[in-house]
Amino acid sequence: MNNWFFGFLTSSIGRKLLMALTGLFLILFLAVHLAGNLQLLHDDGGIAFNTYANFMAHNPLIQFVSKGNFFFILLHAILGIALWSKNRAARGTQGYAVTKTRATQTSPGLAKFMWAFGIVIFVFLIVHLVQFWAMMHYGEIGYGIDFVNIDGKEVRNLYTLVEATFTNAGFVLFYVVCMVVIALHLWHGFQSAFQSMGLNHPKYTPVIKFVGAAYSVLVPLGFAVIPIVFYLRHA
Amino acid sequence: MKLNLKVWRQKNAKVKGQFESYQVVANEHMSFLEMLDVLNESLVSGQKEPVAFEHDCREGICGTCNLVINGQPHGPQNGTTTCQLHMRHFKDGQTIVIEPFRAKAFPVLKDLVVDRSAFDRIIQAGGYVSVDTGQAPDGNTIPIGKDVAGQAFEAAACIGCGACVAACPNSSAMLFVGAKISHLALLPQGEVEAKKRAQKMVHQMDEEGFGMCSNITACEAECPKGISVENIARMNREYIGASFTSQDK
Repeated sequence: MNNWFFGFLTSSIGRKLLMALTGLFLILFLAVHLAGNLQLLHDDGGIAFNTYANFMAHNPLIQFVSKGNFFFILLHAILGIALWSKNRAARGTQGYAVTKTRATQTSPGLAKFMWAFGIVIFVFLIVHLVQFWAMMHYGEIGYGIDFVNIDGKEVRNLYTLVEATFTNAGFVLFYVVCMVVIALHLWHGFQSAFQSMGLNHPKYTPVIKFVGAAYSVLVPLGFAVIPIVFYLRHA
Repeated sequence: MKLNLKVWRQKNAKVKGQFESYQVVANEHMSFLEMLDVLNESLVSGQKEPVAFEHDCREGICGTCNLVINGQPHGPQNGTTTCQLHMRHFKDGQTIVIEPFRAKAFPVLKDLVVDRSAFDRIIQAGGYVSVDTGQAPDGNTIPIGKDVAGQAFEAAACIGCGACVAACPNSSAMLFVGAKISHLALLPQGEVEAKKRAQKMVHQMDEEGFGMCSNITACEAECPKGISVENIARMNREYIGASFTSQDK
């Protein structure tokens, strides 16, 4: 295929734009996911959360968007690896004996380790999906999940699964550490996405940076609170 | 002042290089290049091969001098080229490590001299304005707002030295190309060819094997002319816009 669109997407700027757009989609997804997960904090034996979880698992539109979500996660990860390896190759084989950099205006150091945060996040996603998503879709009684009656229908009880998972201190620690990594990834990624799309302006960039910083602290914090609350409740 | 130098020596592009140590007695009023001249004089009088390094105007405007000095392109002084860096910014007895700019697209030719003709090819691809030559036009025949002229001038201050590439952990040339695309795209004379220019220059930049911007902004921090990464964003806008709206299929 050799048309302008393919040429654009495989150019350096096209690749960065794809990184930015997929990243922003995933950022948006996090907010929606958190809004749902906060239902877990209702101390109602899981009615609110199970209602929400079953709505999400069976609504056709949500299912369609979730396929897109998986696709964008993979695209973001594969593109990230491709960018990383191209950038390494661009450096050549002989590195500097001494390196020193003046203070830069973006998050110092974070940008260089986006790939490492990305790998941690990818591993986290696999564990997270196996633990909850797979159970919600394919789990059976006796194999890790119970059923509960919601509005006259027997549905999988994701709430008790969450409860059981977060009685384990190791999982709580794993989730909290992964949220810190996500926060670091977002801290750079949020504002970087706008720069890659060409949006850098003295009026708006400070606002983007502020919103990005607030978002990358508050959203992972919101997620991290859940395992901690469940662990403390249990203890 | 006495200085201990660790200088990258490399016979040619094909062989591996290594650091050699030298001692040099310099004067604090000398520029960094004059200090290297002193070193070379002593090497030549001792029948040894002088250190090859690039220099031309020695006024900080031609972009020829380079060098990574103690890990920083153009050395420790902010907004300064190597030729305008003076020895008073170093201490007596200090060890100074001098390396060439490192990037796959900037191969070392000899010692501290690298081949930066990739930048020339990027400029040749579109970093110009096509005009019929004739009488020099009167000043101010094309009215340009002060703020626009100022922005274009800030981008045009780029001397094409390549410090941005040298400083970037990805060896990306996006600050250089961003500055060149910006300074012409902002002015009415350059606007006519802006779309084609953005596409051709970005294409050539990719061809040369430079890396991609990770928004680390080390380029901006190390640029001797203080070129802003806003120019990279403008290049992104110009290129994305050009790709979707130009007539070329």
